[in-house]
Amino acid sequence: MNWAHWIIVPVVLPLMAGALLLLLERERPALAARLSLAATALHLLVAISLAAATADGTVHAYLLGNWRAPFGIALALDRLSALMLLLTALIAVASVMYACGRGPRGRHDERGPHFHALFQFQLMGLNGAFLTADLFNLFVFFEVLLIASYGLLLHGAGVVRLRASIHYVVFNLTGSALFLIAVSTLYGLTGTLSMADLAQRIPSIPAESAGLLQAAALLLVVVFGVKAAIFPLYFWLTDTYGAATAPVAALFVIMTKVGVYCIARVTTLMFGADAGPVSFVVEPWLSWLALATLALAAFGALAAWHLRRLVAYLVLASAGMLLLGVGLGTAGTIAASLFYLVHSTVVAAALFLLVDSMVASRGEAGDEMVPAPLASAGGYGTLYFLLAVAVAGLPPFGGFIGKSMLLVASRSEPLAVGVWTAVLLSSLGIVVALARAGSTVFWKAAPANAMQTAAAQASAPERGALALLVGAACATVVAAGPIASYTEATAQQLLDRKGYIAAVLGAETAPPAWNPRADMKKVK
Amino acid sequence: MSMELLLASGLGVLTAAGVWLLLRARVFDVIVGLTLLSYAVNVFIFLTGRVRIGAPPIVDAGRAPTLANYADPLPQALVLTAIVISFAMTALILVIALRANAQTGSDHVDGAEPGEGRAEGQGP
Repeated sequence: MNWAHWIIVPVVLPLMAGALLLLLERERPALAARLSLAATALHLLVAISLAAATADGTVHAYLLGNWRAPFGIALALDRLSALMLLLTALIAVASVMYACGRGPRGRHDERGPHFHALFQFQLMGLNGAFLTADLFNLFVFFEVLLIASYGLLLHGAGVVRLRASIHYVVFNLTGSALFLIAVSTLYGLTGTLSMADLAQRIPSIPAESAGLLQAAALLLVVVFGVKAAIFPLYFWLTDTYGAATAPVAALFVIMTKVGVYCIARVTTLMFGADAGPVSFVVEPWLSWLALATLALAAFGALAAWHLRRLVAYLVLASAGMLLLGVGLGTAGTIAASLFYLVHSTVVAAALFLLVDSMVASRGEAGDEMVPAPLASAGGYGTLYFLLAVAVAGLPPFGGFIGKSMLLVASRSEPLAVGVWTAVLLSSLGIVVALARAGSTVFWKAAPANAMQTAAAQASAPERGALALLVGAACATVVAAGPIASYTEATAQQLLDRKGYIAAVLGAETAPPAWNPRADMKKVK
Repeated sequence: MSMELLLASGLGVLTAAGVWLLLRARVFDVIVGLTLLSYAVNVFIFLTGRVRIGAPPIVDAGRAPTLANYADPLPQALVLTAIVISFAMTALILVIALRANAQTGSDHVDGAEPGEGRAEGQGP
C-alpha cells in the first residue's frame, strides 16, 4: 500500500481490460474470455489488499489530477468502500467464470456481442461509485454502470428482454434527471459538490433555505431508492432480474447494493447528526418504506410462479432488510445491515446461477414452477436446500446471524414492534415460498431421460462459480466473528464522520515530479 | 427579477410537458418526454450558477476573487457533462425502441397492444 495510486486501480483496471477486450473479442474470443477472467481475478486481489489497508480504520483519500479536495474530485477509501469493492470483486469473479461455461444454448458469453467488455465497464462504474467522494462524480459513475447494464440486460436478446429493457432504461433515465436536479440544488445552496465539504457546509445553511435543502436531500434519497429498489420504486426490479441471463442477474445483485451504499453514505455523512435543517430528515421515511418493502417482497415471493422471479423477490427482501438497518440509523443496526449485506449478496447471486444451471434439463418448462423432468435432482436439490436455508435466514447460515443482530439492535427503538413483526413474518413467508418451489421442482420431478441428462451436464466453469459462491456463503458463517467486528467498526466509522471529512479535505497534494513552468521557460 | 420569472416558468412548462409525455403508453412519446425533461434539467443546472450578465468566469488581477464579481464557471462545466450523457442515453433508448418495435410490431411500452394481452413468457 505504499504506492499512492492503488485506490484508483479498481477503476482503471476494468477500463483498460474492457478497452482491450473490445479489440480482441471478435478475432480471439477464447483469449478474450481468459483475459476477462484474469482481469477480474486481479481485481479481486486488489480489492483484498485495499480492504486490508483500511482494516486499521484509516481513511485513504486520493486526489485526482493532484487538485486539492473541494476544488478537484477526490476518491476516498474507508471500511465501507473497501467492503463493497471486495464483495463486487467476488461476485464478478463468479459471474465471469459462470459466463465462460457452456449451457444448453452454447457458451453463456457468446449469446450476444461484447459480453466481457460490457461486464468490465459495469465493474468500472460500480467501483467508481463506491470510491468517489464527489456527488457529481457519483452521478457520472452511475451513468457508466447504467449504460453498461443496459447492454448487459439485452445480452441474449429476445422479446422479453427488450420489453424489460425499455422499462428499465426509461425508469433509470428519469432517475438520472432527478439525480441532476438534487445535485444541482445542493450545489446552488452550498457551492460545493465534494461530499466531505457538503457535510461541513450544510449545518450553516440559512434558515430560509431549509425547505429547499430538505427537498434536495429527500430527492437524492429517492434517486438512490430507485437503485436500491425500495417501495414504491421497485417495480422495475423483478422484470429486469427475471429477464436477464444468469451471469448478468448475478452481477445485478450488487447493483441494488449501490443504492443501499449511497443511502448509507449520504444519510450518515451529510444528513446525519448535527446537519442543521436536514438532520435525520430521511430516516423516519426510510424505516417505514423499508418495512413495506419487506412485506411486499414476501407477498411477491409467495405469488411468484417462476424461479427467477422468486429469486428477484428475495433480492428485494434483502434490500428491505438493509434499508431497515440504515433507516433505524444506530451503530448496531447499521452493523447488522452490513453483515446481512455480505451474506445476502453472495447467496442471491448463487441462487441465480443455480436456477439457471438447474433448469437446463427442464426443457420447455424452463424456470416455471411445474413438475418437469430434472437431471441430477439430488445434487441440485442439496444445493438448493442449502441456499434456501441460507437466504431465508434460518440457522446456521449468515442470514440468521444478520437478522438476529438486527432484531437485537432494534430492541430499544420505538419501531421495535414493527421491525420484529415485519422481519419475522417476511422470513416465514419466504420460507413457505421457497419450500413450495423446492417441493414442486424437486419432489414432483420426473427422472430425466438420457438426452436431457446429457444436455444438462453442468460444465466445469459453472460448477466452479457455484462452488466459489457457496464456499463464500459458508465462509460468512465460519468467519462470522471477524466479519461482525469489521461491520461494527464500519458502522462506527460511518457515524463518526470526522475521519472521512478530515482525510478528504486534509489530503495533501503530491509534490510535482517536474515543474512544468520551469520547463516551459527553458523551451522559450 | 423578470428574467428569473421567465426562466423559472419556462422550466416548469418544459418539465410538466416532459412528465406528461413520459406517462403516455407509446415509446415515441416517452422518448420525447425524456428529451424535454433532460432539457429542463440542463437549464436548471445552468441556473444554479445564478442568472448573471456580463460577468467574467476567469479571475483577473483587477477584481476581488468573490462570486459577487464573477460568473460561476462550474455549473457550465456540469451542464456540458449532463448534455453529453443525456444525448448518449437518448440515442441508446432510441436504438432499443426501434429494435423492440421491429421485433414486436408494436410501439406500446409493454411490447403489445392493449387488449391483446402481454405474452406470459418469462424465460430466457
